[in-house]
Amino acid sequence: MRTILFILQKEFLQIRRNRAMIPIIFIAPIIQLFIMVNAATLEMKNISICIVDNDLSSTSRQLTNKFSSSPFFKVTGNTFDMNEARLQIESNKAQMVLNIPAGFEKRLVRENKAEVQMLFNAINGTVAGIGNAYANQIMMGYNREVIAKWIGISKNMPTMKTIEPIPSFWYNPDMNYKIYMVPAILVILVTIMGMLLASMNIVREKEMGTIEQINVTPIKKIHFVIGKLVPFYLIALFMLSFGLTIGKLVFNVPFVGNLGMLFAVACVYLLTVQGIGLLISNSANTQQQAMFVSFFFMIVFIMMSGIFTPTDSMPQWAQIINYFNPIAYFMKLIRMILLKGSEFHDIYKDFMILLGYGVVMITLAVMRYKKVSN
Amino acid sequence: MSERETIITVSHLVKKFGDFTANDDLNFEVYKGEIFGFLGANGAGKTTAIKILCGLSKPTSGNATIAGFDVYTQKDDIKNSIGYMSQKFSLYEDLTVTENIRFFAGIYGMTRKDIKIKTQQLLAKLELEDSAKKLIKDLPLGWRQKLAFSIAIVHSPKIVFLDEPTGGVDPITRRQFWNQIYEAAAEGVTVFVTTHYMDEAEYCDRVSIMVDGKIAALDTPQGLKQTFEAESMNEVFIKLARVAVNN
Amino acid sequence: MKHFKGFVIKEFYHIFRDRRTLAILFIMPIIQMLLFGYVVTNEIKDAKIGILDHSQDVVTRKITDKLASSGYFIITKVLSNETEIEDCFRKGTVKEVVVFEPDFAIKLERDNKASIHLIADASDANTANLIVNYTSAIVNDYVTKENKTVTIPMQIGIESRMLYNEELKGVYMFVPGTMALILILISALLTSVSIVREKELGTMEILLASPLRPLQIIIGKVMPYAVLSFVNVITILLLSNFVFGLPIQGSILLLLLECMLFIILSLSLGIFISTSTNSQQTAMMISMMGLMLPAIMLSGFIYPLENMPLILQWICHINPSTYFIIIVKNIMLKGLGIMSVWKETLVLLGMIVFFITMSVRKFKIRLE
Repeated sequence: MRTILFILQKEFLQIRRNRAMIPIIFIAPIIQLFIMVNAATLEMKNISICIVDNDLSSTSRQLTNKFSSSPFFKVTGNTFDMNEARLQIESNKAQMVLNIPAGFEKRLVRENKAEVQMLFNAINGTVAGIGNAYANQIMMGYNREVIAKWIGISKNMPTMKTIEPIPSFWYNPDMNYKIYMVPAILVILVTIMGMLLASMNIVREKEMGTIEQINVTPIKKIHFVIGKLVPFYLIALFMLSFGLTIGKLVFNVPFVGNLGMLFAVACVYLLTVQGIGLLISNSANTQQQAMFVSFFFMIVFIMMSGIFTPTDSMPQWAQIINYFNPIAYFMKLIRMILLKGSEFHDIYKDFMILLGYGVVMITLAVMRYKKVSN
Repeated sequence: MSERETIITVSHLVKKFGDFTANDDLNFEVYKGEIFGFLGANGAGKTTAIKILCGLSKPTSGNATIAGFDVYTQKDDIKNSIGYMSQKFSLYEDLTVTENIRFFAGIYGMTRKDIKIKTQQLLAKLELEDSAKKLIKDLPLGWRQKLAFSIAIVHSPKIVFLDEPTGGVDPITRRQFWNQIYEAAAEGVTVFVTTHYMDEAEYCDRVSIMVDGKIAALDTPQGLKQTFEAESMNEVFIKLARVAVNN
Repeated sequence: MKHFKGFVIKEFYHIFRDRRTLAILFIMPIIQMLLFGYVVTNEIKDAKIGILDHSQDVVTRKITDKLASSGYFIITKVLSNETEIEDCFRKGTVKEVVVFEPDFAIKLERDNKASIHLIADASDANTANLIVNYTSAIVNDYVTKENKTVTIPMQIGIESRMLYNEELKGVYMFVPGTMALILILISALLTSVSIVREKELGTMEILLASPLRPLQIIIGKVMPYAVLSFVNVITILLLSNFVFGLPIQGSILLLLLECMLFIILSLSLGIFISTSTNSQQTAMMISMMGLMLPAIMLSGFIYPLENMPLILQWICHINPSTYFIIIVKNIMLKGLGIMSVWKETLVLLGMIVFFITMSVRKFKIRLE
């Protein structure tokens, strides 16, 4: 036990001396939170639109006004030439083109039906889809206004049935996507600390040759491993607290649930992650290898964890893989606890799986570490 | 000589890696308090043998006891009674002098109080008081080496293994380093040293020369020079190597 | 020159000997493509929803069936009162609860009007929004069909055309981004770490003392990574063509040349990072924070630049990946020529010159 204290003291000294560590612990969370939280939004505003109005009627002008006054669109060009408009899309100056052909108003009044054309730059399918939906909403709204104006609402409308969907958004009535991303980024930070940096740190001793010196001392393998893992375990928990504080103060993330339970989940999760990190460090001889293998698993696991997109919508095989993806569990639980205030009996099953996973991984890793080193 | 107490006993020690025999039937004894030179060309099997004696790897067959402990079953006891310093630098470059001393003394089970006293003694002896708070990487190579040796014997081990300890340092530092070794030996520490500097072999009490995994010769430097009718240890070594090549 | 050849061969050997890393290097782009192609999509599919039907009539059952058979939703929970909603959300068993008011069909018949309450778990605002929109669309679709007999006067028809990507496939978006990410990862991150490693282990001094010139050392070190990167570009293009059916509209030659340019830029970034730091961990963190993260988040890879706060948009504009992604999209997806990307190409060239000059300057200072 006393040996472990000496190892811990040494590890903390080395971490403190490592010029990279302080920025990693204090600055990286801030940068990550700021960038990822602000950048990761599909809430579209200012979709650039180029308007081709060859009708120049009051109806067409009202229609284009609808677009220019909408917060979702920003008119970046006006032209009469469709080729010119297409060039705007080609050169990324406009994301969409609204084409109102000549004789639009006339046809609408005389033939009771007229068409407009909308072109989208659909390379980003999601954005084009959302843009299309917004544009359609505007068109339909305007259509209703036109009908009301020309025909009058009372005469014709009652014959049509309407079902009105009334949405309520629980836990987040402002539809603030940021509060959803903050916990996710904390998960990534904790994972980088517990898995990537811990595994690199163990391999560092191999690479620098100091492990040889350790091996001839009476230090027990298990003590050495504990001495190596504990500092990163504690730093990871510290980073979680630090990140939560920023999340609360800067991004106003609600802490609906029990923070104690959140930390309990984090402690269990870290066991798993450190186990994986230790396994990786066993099979690596250089920090570069350790980094690369950890990186590979991290990117795959993070992408699959539901960080950006819901896991339910993933294909079956991905959902099966996610049963073995520790990041997916933590990602889910931290959001449930923080944002919805889920209680222990709500997360009981996932918590137990994570706990089992953690115990198995860390035991496996420590056992294998002993074997390999002998 | 033979009535002296033996501290390392090696008999019929064999270590194989697959088909390759790194150590082929080694037999020797090392006496308490002597400086035992363990010589051989690169790849002759020195490092393999040292690893076995330090309890880092198991022999394929044969026996060896270190300070009375068996290499098969009492690895932990061996590790507690030996010190080790390798050709690669084994101090933590990002820790200071005192921190290195404290760490290594600590893991050998010394108490905080003893460590403090020992640190003061060491710093005074090495005249490193002014550099106590310097990082190892900021120290000149020679100082690091001296410090590494002092730390290797900080817990007063019975035996200290030195694996090519003087690689890459200048002759003056080497000379000073050997003075340290003599001092330690005078205090009763057995020194087991590998080197490929033949002039250093002259400083040893007894020398064994390994060729192709076997011990080709073992005697005092004086005795070896007589047997091989050589002027210097260097000549002895070349003669032995030539025999090996001719075979 | 003979020394140099030997050195380059040694560097290649060094990388190719480590089978595991090599395997990951080759598999990485494939896995990434599969992940983005099949897993990380913004489409809603099989979202779990609950139904709370206070009316239990023909119409509500029809709408429920329509929701269930749409492919977007799976009805995993049938609730009997409002108090159960909270519990479902807390357990995470459903993402939305569709509530039909009492006497739904009767109201619709009598008043021509009825309402559906869509309660969404908006802790994930993006998904909640999509789910509510999809549900509303399905409900609207039902009503429109019911109203078929009624003719609507003065209807504005909309003809939407999706240019370049009619089916709105996600693959169009992530191929350019994945290319940027992989090239940054291999050319910049791995290169910087491997050069710093030589410094950390002290072997750099040995190399510098050899008859090799500093420039040769650097070129020799980065050469294997350049080759690897290029192989990965080919892999990604083949995959996107044969697995995801994404044709290369423009000139392949031009596309490959631009990729080469970006590889050289990434390598010079890697070299620049390695001249500025002495520890592998630092090099890794700088590459991760300074290059990888922006390559994913601040390049238009997943999230469009236009929606970001101004300061992030500025960062996007000094991010090499942003320009590379525009170039790839224009050539590969829009089928445009060099005229459409000359500005971006010049920016990349300028960056190469900048980073190489900076590196040489730092390197010289170190040597003196």
